[in-house]
Amino acid sequence: MQDRIKYWRGIEELENTPEFAKHAHNEFPEFLPLNETQGESQSSEVTAPRRDFLKLLGFGLAAATLASCEAPVRKAIPYLNKPVDVEPGVANWYASTYFSHGDYNSILVKTREGRPIKIEPNPSSGVTPLGTSPRAQASVLNVYDNNRLRTPLIKGKEAKWEQVDREITSKLNGINGKVAIVSSTVISPSTKQLIDEFGGRFGNFEHVVYDANSASALLGANGGVVPGYDFSKANIIVGINADFLGSWIAPTPFAKQYIKNRKVNPDKKEMSRHYQFETMLSLTGANADVRVPIKPSEEAAVVTALYNSITGQGGSAPANFDKKAFAAVVKDLNANKGKALVVSGSNDPAVQTLVTAINQALGAEGATINAAAPYFVKQGNDAQMIRLINEMNAGTVGAVFFYNANPAYDHPLADKVVSGLKKVGLKVSFAERVDETAALVDYVTPDNNYLESWNDYEPQRGFLSLAQPVISPIFTTRQMQDSLLTWSGSKTTFYDYIRNNWRKIATGDFNKFWEKAVHDGVLENGTSLLKTNPAAANTLTAAAAASSLSGRRAASGIEAVLYEKIQIGPGYEANNPWLQEMGDPISKATWGNYVAMPRKMAEEMGLTQDTVVKVTTANGKTIELPVLVQPGQAQGTVSIAMGYGRELDSMPVVKGLGANAFPIATVANNSVIFSSPVKIEKTDAISPIAQMQTHHTIMDRLVVQENTLAKYKENPKEVTEYVRLTTHDGPVKPATISLWEDYEYKNHHWGMVIDLNSCIGCGACTLSCHIENNVPVVGKAEVINRRDMHWLRIDRYYSAVEHEEGDYQTMEDPAENPSVIFQPMLCQHCNHAPCETVCPVAATMHSSEGINQMVYNRCVGTRYCANNCPYKVRRFNWFAYANNDKFDYNMNNDLGKMVLNPDVTVRSRGVMEKCSFCVQRVQLGKLEAKRENRRPKDGEIVTACAQSCPTDAIVFGDMLDPESRISQILVREQGERAFHVLEEINTQPNVTYLTKIRNLA
Amino acid sequence: MISCIPKTKHKVFIAFLFSLFVSFGAWAQGASEQADIGQKGVVPGATQGAAAAASTGGLPVDNTAIVDAGESLFKNNCAVCHSAGDDVIVGPGLKGVNERRKQPWLVKWIKNSQSLIQAGDAEAVAVYNQYNKQAMPSFAFSDEEVVSILTYIKASESAATAVPTTVAGPETAPGENVGTEAIGAVGNYLDIVLVVLIVVLIVLIVTLLLITSLLKNYLNKNRQLDEYDAEVVNQRFDFSKIYKSKAVRTLVVLIFVVVLLDLSLDKVMGIGVQQGYAPKQPIAFSHKIHAGDHQINCNYCHTTVYESKSASIPSANICMNCHSQIKKESPEIQKIYRAIERNKPIEWVRIHNLPDLAYFNHSQHTQVAGVECQTCHGPIQEMDVVYQFSPLTMGWCIDCHRETPLNTEGNAYYDNLVELHEQSSKGAFTVSSNGGTECSKCHY
Repeated sequence: MQDRIKYWRGIEELENTPEFAKHAHNEFPEFLPLNETQGESQSSEVTAPRRDFLKLLGFGLAAATLASCEAPVRKAIPYLNKPVDVEPGVANWYASTYFSHGDYNSILVKTREGRPIKIEPNPSSGVTPLGTSPRAQASVLNVYDNNRLRTPLIKGKEAKWEQVDREITSKLNGINGKVAIVSSTVISPSTKQLIDEFGGRFGNFEHVVYDANSASALLGANGGVVPGYDFSKANIIVGINADFLGSWIAPTPFAKQYIKNRKVNPDKKEMSRHYQFETMLSLTGANADVRVPIKPSEEAAVVTALYNSITGQGGSAPANFDKKAFAAVVKDLNANKGKALVVSGSNDPAVQTLVTAINQALGAEGATINAAAPYFVKQGNDAQMIRLINEMNAGTVGAVFFYNANPAYDHPLADKVVSGLKKVGLKVSFAERVDETAALVDYVTPDNNYLESWNDYEPQRGFLSLAQPVISPIFTTRQMQDSLLTWSGSKTTFYDYIRNNWRKIATGDFNKFWEKAVHDGVLENGTSLLKTNPAAANTLTAAAAASSLSGRRAASGIEAVLYEKIQIGPGYEANNPWLQEMGDPISKATWGNYVAMPRKMAEEMGLTQDTVVKVTTANGKTIELPVLVQPGQAQGTVSIAMGYGRELDSMPVVKGLGANAFPIATVANNSVIFSSPVKIEKTDAISPIAQMQTHHTIMDRLVVQENTLAKYKENPKEVTEYVRLTTHDGPVKPATISLWEDYEYKNHHWGMVIDLNSCIGCGACTLSCHIENNVPVVGKAEVINRRDMHWLRIDRYYSAVEHEEGDYQTMEDPAENPSVIFQPMLCQHCNHAPCETVCPVAATMHSSEGINQMVYNRCVGTRYCANNCPYKVRRFNWFAYANNDKFDYNMNNDLGKMVLNPDVTVRSRGVMEKCSFCVQRVQLGKLEAKRENRRPKDGEIVTACAQSCPTDAIVFGDMLDPESRISQILVREQGERAFHVLEEINTQPNVTYLTKIRNLA
Repeated sequence: MISCIPKTKHKVFIAFLFSLFVSFGAWAQGASEQADIGQKGVVPGATQGAAAAASTGGLPVDNTAIVDAGESLFKNNCAVCHSAGDDVIVGPGLKGVNERRKQPWLVKWIKNSQSLIQAGDAEAVAVYNQYNKQAMPSFAFSDEEVVSILTYIKASESAATAVPTTVAGPETAPGENVGTEAIGAVGNYLDIVLVVLIVVLIVLIVTLLLITSLLKNYLNKNRQLDEYDAEVVNQRFDFSKIYKSKAVRTLVVLIFVVVLLDLSLDKVMGIGVQQGYAPKQPIAFSHKIHAGDHQINCNYCHTTVYESKSASIPSANICMNCHSQIKKESPEIQKIYRAIERNKPIEWVRIHNLPDLAYFNHSQHTQVAGVECQTCHGPIQEMDVVYQFSPLTMGWCIDCHRETPLNTEGNAYYDNLVELHEQSSKGAFTVSSNGGTECSKCHY
């Protein structure tokens, strides 16, 4: 018997629990969807009496008759004075930039009738030309957040700007003590210059920069900047607790670089090898070829051993460590000097010093690290912030301003921040809402949303970009920079300020130069504007660091790790329902955080999924959170995400979800360490986690395919398993035996290719699809009811090799360190679609261009199609999600509705919906071509998912056009990596997948 | 009588159509050409050579490309204030302007009349004073374009003089009178015939009744009849038998039910169909005056009709292009002024309401397919108050998509498709044969 890879999506599937088995066979949960959204018991049986039904029927008929007598009068209101650029019904794109807490994306903002409705990548950018992060996608909703401040506040009361300006200016004039601006990383050259100028008039001024998820040690070890990593140049990548594809430093550019050297095709059969040593199963670890779980306390030992081995000091693998993997790492690194890169997410200065030394020893500098283009996206200095907190408590701070910073919530010394603030004379926050810190200050002077502001950015040396307003401020807010200018008595606007600043680097006529820069959104001619803070000198030498680390002992007891989720980051954008409903790439959990723990630990402690545990941190704080059994989590560790546990009225979406895990972070030697030992106790409470991992299960059929690079090099024709049907003429392709006649496509034949080798599972596509297609947010309760509405989901499969019986490895726990594979799953637009044949009202039909059409106005909600869909990609509107108080997300208030795509219908209750291949974009693209008397160009028509993919894993196009990218990929990969999911049932999908190739050691 | 009305209408209509056809065949042809150009705009390069031709002597009246280009320019820019005839709208009628003024002067004047006036040109000052010192805006035309406009004016003069000699001139529009007279004549004659017929019939019935009664009386009095005969002679018709008859009852009930069903079905299908909907608008804007009388191109106000899914209702600043000069005192125009002063947009009542689930794109129909506005919006140039001309039902859309051949000419998008279609089918290459009746073309 040959080894077979077994795929499973959750522990429940692996063990085939009765609960799982029940759900697996039902496309929909059985109970009627009444009363649940109010949190009432789901078991209460509600039956509608026959008489009520008749009454309703009668009333409905009468109401319908009455209502039909007179149609409501609708208004058509034109502009009073139409702006030149705005044509009603025609979208405009403006280049801009999204930057929030390390997440940098150069973007295009799509606007309709002056409203931003979609974020798209800016192809002119050299840093992020290919796609966006999920947070950048969702950021368009933040501007329409009803809970943003509408006016400035003085001591919590609404006030006028004039009054605020008067009071702050007079207080600043008589200030005693230090004036400090506390901010997260600022990469805006003009803002930084302005802050320095603002502070120049005070005797004692400091711009304190700290990051909630700090990279202080990394900066310290590299002269105050993040080294200019270039993963595309590396053959060997070693990550040590660095989630560089998900949340570490600059995930979007890193993902682009990373995947460049991992794409394979018949002409390029080489790819990088990626080792990951990590505690929690991160997105990056899930993509690694070799992943070794380690405890946070073992990090030092691993790095020391690596350092010793690379520098030829004869290091050996630490105790309790996968010796085979370690030997392979050392061998590969030594063999690839100048083509290798080691990165670490640790915030321990000694560890980072050693990592820098390792990279130097590997010759990474100038090869896989571009010294000329370091990253600026993290500049936080832990020591500086800690010093300020102490100064505040000592009473020597006269004024403090908070800009994009919320230390009362996200600093490990939050308590001291709170107590220190009481001793500061003037406290001002620029927060857009009353957050934890803003609640403690005298003045809240709300900043504009970034879509309402001018700004400039330099994420990487020599790569400048601009942000321009795409909508005038919705509320009476004022950009932080304009506030600073006003308070320093200047009459210029920040717009003029930026322009003046950019004159320094202008070439030729300034107005032309400026217009081009604003139009392109980027300026990448190598000029640099940003002044970096001189690094807090890290005087450690590698040898000293090594010796200091060698003294450390692995801690006993349970170690907890505080990590940043790809969706909400450090929590500044937590009030965004789109981000909350997006599943975590790994755990597929939505709406809240949890204690991710390995199965062994859960079993030992008698815990099951959803049981609430009490976590006591090193500094005596307790947090209560449910348990999530996470395959791949290192033994003896748990990990908890930051950003939750908000109790603010200004964040109703996230209020009451999860718990604040920042107390896990500790301060040691002026550094913030994001892991600490904790005690865990079981409680009796149960708190269900809204996890989507086993929704829409594909029942153990062959849906994903993977193989090794060695096999691919040997014979690319054998890496993919093709199903053949047995007939008396021998095995044949399933497509040759068909009940149905084939369609003839004359005009277009739209199709999609998804490269499983390129997909890193980040989920940007799921959000992009959600936003483009007006997909409703259903909320935590409904996700638990398995009624999430995502048209495009990313199926994350864990896998372990199923060996022959008697093999000793079967004794091992497959959940201990499984391989992970991601598969974006969407409507396959089958040419022989099972859904089309069962619809009694022909509401789902095939188009002459290969698209499986869904007609909402024809659908009567039988749900036969969903039951008959083998890919489980159809979604049913159990409720009216728009204009429904019970689903108080973006479709329920006038402001939130402005983000809806006007070209896509908002579906009503009782109809089925699914991926449409972005037919609105296809139609528009064709129309543009027709208007210009030509055929559409390849690449002109792209679906939202393909457009937002940072790794170019999704290719959409016309399969009838032989010149198109998709046709060429299909020709090249046919019989090698190209396969259709469930080919044996002969649905003949228009979506083709390419087999994943692993470069196993 | 009931069935009479539609019949007469029908006949009258045919007669009317016939007379129209006979008298205005030529004119109608011209009109359709005009619309064509108005919609397509000026063909690039069409005006080139106009100036050269003019300089060599006379205007190139015979060059249709130049005349057409001039016409388009005239209608989009000049027609608001000038007629091509004699009448004064704001400025003078331009008939004979080529004779009145010299061409170089005209070119200067049209490009920038104010500079000419300020330069003290006697002719210019005279014109300026004559027309109430109403300044003519400057136009950024090239010399060729100005000449093409002048050529058009010249050409339309000769056309106007040529027309009356052949057929009755369209300006006087005698067609309608002819039509109504014809209708009157036929109607009177029919009425007389009918009345005479009815009288004759009544006389006949009375006579027959009298005869039967006479005969009956005679038989009863003068002859001895046996019982059987007497019964026959004196039998009375029993009407109750008719309504007691099962067959009759069933028939009546059936007819009643069918009529009722038909009516209710008609009504139900009409729910939500607002054909003929003509709400009162906040400003009594007349398309008849603007699009009909003054021939302003639809695109002049509905600026996005060739570009966007929406034709767009003009913003107040477009009204002000003309009404900052024209009819400033009218109470309706004053409403626009007030809106601008108060900074409050005008809230028109929306007439064409497609349901949200249907996607419609104007540019697809106007620019790509070349459909006339009137095809869906009806005789908009005759509407004082706009009403919904078409039912805007899905059936109506689909019908058109099934019957209308695709406008594929000169559009490279369709080249290959036309070939493929011709290979496989002999029927017309209609919208629906290219997938134009598929769900996702309008519903997504």
